[in-house]
Amino acid sequence: MSKKKELSVNAIKEGTVIDHIPASYLFKVISILGLDHCENLITFGTNLGSNRYGKKAIIKVADKFFEDEDLNRIALIAPEARLNIIRDYEVVEKKEVIVPQEIIGIAKCFNPKCITNNEEITTKFNLVNSNVLALKCHYCEKITTEEHLVIL
Amino acid sequence: MKNRSLVSINDFSKEEILKIVELAAKFEENPNQDLLKNKVVASLFFEPSTRTRLSFETAINRLGGRVVGFTDASSSSTTKGETLKDTIKMISNYADLIVMRHPLEGSARYASEQSGVPIVNAGDGANQHPTQTMLDLYSIQKTQGTLENLNIFMVGDLKYGRTVHSLLQAMAHFNPVFNFISPEELRIPDEYKYWLDSKGIQYYEHSEFTDIISRADILYMTRVQRERFADPIEYEKVKNVYILKNSMLENTKDNLRILHPLPRVNEISTDVDANPKAYYFEQAENGVYARMAIMSSILGVV
Ligand SMILES: [Zn+2]
Repeated sequence: MSKKKELSVNAIKEGTVIDHIPASYLFKVISILGLDHCENLITFGTNLGSNRYGKKAIIKVADKFFEDEDLNRIALIAPEARLNIIRDYEVVEKKEVIVPQEIIGIAKCFNPKCITNNEEITTKFNLVNSNVLALKCHYCEKITTEEHLVIL
Repeated sequence: MKNRSLVSINDFSKEEILKIVELAAKFEENPNQDLLKNKVVASLFFEPSTRTRLSFETAINRLGGRVVGFTDASSSSTTKGETLKDTIKMISNYADLIVMRHPLEGSARYASEQSGVPIVNAGDGANQHPTQTMLDLYSIQKTQGTLENLNIFMVGDLKYGRTVHSLLQAMAHFNPVFNFISPEELRIPDEYKYWLDSKGIQYYEHSEFTDIISRADILYMTRVQRERFADPIEYEKVKNVYILKNSMLENTKDNLRILHPLPRVNEISTDVDANPKAYYFEQAENGVYARMAIMSSILGVV
């Protein structure tokens, strides 16, 4: 009920709604998606109640439809994010995000002796097949797991 | 592999490894060749490693090439705050090939992305040291006549020992059986075990260094260093357990050879040195031929 209300309050005619973003990462998501340099009408709400985990945030971007590749870049920090594609006030498609095979510039390598932590270098990781989130650094080849993951 | 950097042993396919091993044997037969005449190789040692540097520089000189560079960071512009990127960009305009040793992990991969000429990694922190691995492989081929189907025992620090990890990955091409002998604190990391599982390669772990070595074709010894232990008492408990003594070699196979990346501290007693199964000094010499093979292949002169 409350969700429906939110949507109707800030309803957009055409565009994308990104829901279930952890509230603490709202501005990170905005920056990863380049929304801080976007001319479109954007509304967001944060510190909204969430029954999933902690407080959540929501972003609505009018007249913008993202490429999956761009949206998946937020999967590391907002793995539970839900995307609603809006056409003429109606949700026409729902999507989830998946962590991409190659992660460029979002995460920090946990290895203090890694060159990326000592010189100005864009980090680069490959997703490792395992039951926990594990990223293998393209440079030092060490694996950063979820518990050591720091977002840049 | 012409014009390609060698950063990690995984950069070489099985066929390329075999080609280097074959070429190293040819250089050993005939070590003085002018294949690098008119070539300049930059030897950039951001941290000192006299052993590795002399091996590379001997290899370059035997091939008739010329060397420029520095032997530690204090004699380079990095002490003035120059970034690795800038140093590499500049030097890749001078030299045909860069040999680089650097204390930070991943530095060689990064340098290879910035450089206009190939990079040969001579060790990037605790990460990779692929020319050491190539000389280990050449030593194994030379002493066993093959790289296939061997029983390889690795002893000591299997957690931090980069030579162990690289050799394990390279040998995986050749259907080996591995036996890992180490103290509990220095066991082979799980990621390597998962990787071996995924390749269907047999391995066994042991904490005791006993007569199980009677089945070994290769005994690869490494140092157990005090600084690897959080608890000094644990180090005291294990420090004398992983020492190879000559008496332990009595029932071993005739073709067994003992390798060690050197320098050793006390993990191989000196009474082993005279045993014909001791191979670590010859192994170091093989490094020159392996490096000749690697550099001449990358420069496309063979
Ligand atoms: Zn790293």
